Amino acid sequence: MATEHIVKSYDQQLNLLSRKILEMGGLVEQQLASASEALATRDIEAAARVIEHDDRVDDLEEEIDKHAIRLLATRQPMAVDLRHIAMAMKISNDLERIGDYAVNIAKRIERLVKVPPVQSQYAIPRMAQITQAMIKDVLDAYLERDAARAVTAWHRDDEVDAMYESLFRELSTYMLEDPRNITACINLLFIAKNLERTGDHITNIAEKIHYMVHGQRINRMPQQAAS
Amino acid sequence: MSNAGARRVHDALARHARHGAIELAALERAGVAARSGPIAADEGKDRPPRAEPRAHKVEVRGLSFWYGDFQALKDISIPIAESEVTALIGPSGCGKSTFLRCFNRMHDLYPGNRYEGEILLHPGAVNIIDRRTDPMLPRLRIGMVFQKPNPFPKSVYENVAAGLRIRGIRRKSLVDDRVELALRRAALWDEVKDRLDDSAYELSGGQQQRLCIARALAPDPELLLLDEPTSALDPIATARIEELIDDLRQHYTIVIVTHNMQQAARVSQRTAFFHLGKIIEWNDTEQIFTNPKETMTQDYITGRFG
Amino acid sequence: MATDAAPPFEVDHRRLIGRARRVDSAFAWAGLLVMVVAMTMLMALIVDLLVDGLPRLSWDFFTNFPSRRASRAGILSAWVGTTLVMIVTAALAVPLGVAAGLYLEEYAPKNWMTDIIEINVTNLAGVPSIIYGLLALGLFVYGFGLGETILVAGMVLALLTLPVVIVATREAIRSIPQEVREAAYALGADQWQTVRMYILPAATPGILTGTIIGLARAIGETAPVITIGALTFIAFLPPAPIQPEFPFISFEWLNSPFTVMPIQMFNWISRPQAEFHLNAAAAGLVLLAMTLLMNGLAIYIRYRIRKGMR
Repeated sequence: MATEHIVKSYDQQLNLLSRKILEMGGLVEQQLASASEALATRDIEAAARVIEHDDRVDDLEEEIDKHAIRLLATRQPMAVDLRHIAMAMKISNDLERIGDYAVNIAKRIERLVKVPPVQSQYAIPRMAQITQAMIKDVLDAYLERDAARAVTAWHRDDEVDAMYESLFRELSTYMLEDPRNITACINLLFIAKNLERTGDHITNIAEKIHYMVHGQRINRMPQQAAS
Repeated sequence: MSNAGARRVHDALARHARHGAIELAALERAGVAARSGPIAADEGKDRPPRAEPRAHKVEVRGLSFWYGDFQALKDISIPIAESEVTALIGPSGCGKSTFLRCFNRMHDLYPGNRYEGEILLHPGAVNIIDRRTDPMLPRLRIGMVFQKPNPFPKSVYENVAAGLRIRGIRRKSLVDDRVELALRRAALWDEVKDRLDDSAYELSGGQQQRLCIARALAPDPELLLLDEPTSALDPIATARIEELIDDLRQHYTIVIVTHNMQQAARVSQRTAFFHLGKIIEWNDTEQIFTNPKETMTQDYITGRFG
Repeated sequence: MATDAAPPFEVDHRRLIGRARRVDSAFAWAGLLVMVVAMTMLMALIVDLLVDGLPRLSWDFFTNFPSRRASRAGILSAWVGTTLVMIVTAALAVPLGVAAGLYLEEYAPKNWMTDIIEINVTNLAGVPSIIYGLLALGLFVYGFGLGETILVAGMVLALLTLPVVIVATREAIRSIPQEVREAAYALGADQWQTVRMYILPAATPGILTGTIIGLARAIGETAPVITIGALTFIAFLPPAPIQPEFPFISFEWLNSPFTVMPIQMFNWISRPQAEFHLNAAAAGLVLLAMTLLMNGLAIYIRYRIRKGMR
């Protein structure tokens, strides 16, 4: 849509909605990065800060919902505008869940530092890295209204799922080897689960972006064969 | 498919339905997956159009129309489905009212107009705009309601009976019955049944418009043309008439011109978007208003031009 | 959207209002003055008539024929003549005029020919009435050999009234909004049904008004009636329209010589005796009353039709 609405304030309000989503997305991206780093460096204070900042994430979700509802009531949006506003409400929901997962990870860190570290946690940093890249891609896709880019991010979740499976097996082995590892491994498992769920929510966002741009769901058929 | 088989399919689909990636509900509506319970015969007004296409009440083929030298309609082709409401939307001067008035040859009342193409009215495949077709023929089969309520300066009863008298129906009991039926169908009977001999001008604007609808319905038309029927009415009267249109759909085929897009979205099953004498796009209403194919359509309905 | 500011201007609202009120007031007073002057003159005329003529009004006055003796003179032949002539006039002018107006407005194609006809009809309304009299004399009295009869008088006055009726009909039909026609045609009516059931009934009040105006003018037209040979001293009545024997309705009265009220009045006022002037005044009152009666009848008919349309 190269053209603007006849009523300029309508455009301004839609832009505001987009900016809020991006702000929330950026914040959540930051939360995830901080939580991953705190995990790697076993930094309790950094973890505490992540838990604190979650209030801002929740506030943003509420703001976005209120703004979207006001737009629905006053503008009677159609077609692309309607999809934009409806998907904004759903995307903010997914972002808020991802923010909660970051908080969960941060809470686990506090328990992890009390036990000796478990060797070879290569998978978790890798999962964190991938999900962060996915978020960044999806937010860029939202900004550019680029559905193809969203679909690319959508596919990377397969990698995350695969890593979760292998980490599960790895940690099971450790726990069988040495019962003293159990606490640490269980916490790591929960953290990995949170990252895997994060990946799933990012795919949700990718699907919403695709629907927002094209008015159709992502065509799953050919890609299912690849998984 | 047996009930057990249907349930197996449903369960399998439900398993694969994660994160709303498969719209199980949409598949159920399309009949691919069996519902978990019995399906009612007609499930309510927001059911999407049926899988099999309805019969066509009217087929417009290559219709062009000139006011003198000015070509107001350019090669229009569109079917009008039976027992459905088709809405015509578009900016001012786009030709939607002109198009509507071709159906009952209203343009013949004024000199200097010319039609080309075909408007086939079924049953009978009568070409309405053929020069050899007497303009009275489509008018006897088609009813019209105008933008401003225009009751005759007569009583309520005489207004509704007008179409019958014109057709030479004289038997009082028959006229009485048809007048009552028409007023009931127009949701006006209860309000005027004790006032049938009062002048039509004593009714409120919304009532007068419903009276005009009753007048159009009394001779049992095959097709009902509504030319911006609520644009002169307040919101409550408008809502009453929209409700009426929903009910009328069971008995009549309706074509409605409206400049109010939300109204078109509310009342119609199919929508055609007009611009400068052409149909830019026509499709199921749901499609037009959630994901239209043409940029111009989208720009118009989202308020980017018009 | 104008983003540059328009040049400011000062307006003294109080002064504007004051001036407006003064102009309104001046206009109202002027109008009142004019109306008072006109009404006074009219009242003076009527009062003068009343003073002179009222005492003269009596049953004898209405039932006596004219006589050489002023006290015994009456207007019997005159008002009967006027009534009969008016009946013929109305019977001729109204159907023909309404039909012509209807045809011109609803059926005739709109081209230069009908434009010319319209101009001519409007002009005919202003032709001096004596010319109609000359036409009637030459064509009806001598050309058709109809003689100096009530029929011819009715015909000439009908000619006079025809343009008025046609114009009134056309105006009344034109004032019917197009929506009514469209609604009728959309219901499947043909042209005659539309005209008969919707156009004519709605136009009737306007047509009636115009017709009454035309007839009220005709009732007082003296020149054309004199020209075609109305007599001034008629001491007999035309044969009655209702006969005791079969076929009960006679049209012989159409062929009868006659006189009318204006002629009788003119005749009396030309005499030197003052008593005849009183007679003329009384006759004037009667003529006035007849005109008012016609107007009243028209108003009543209009009222009934309006109620009937409800």
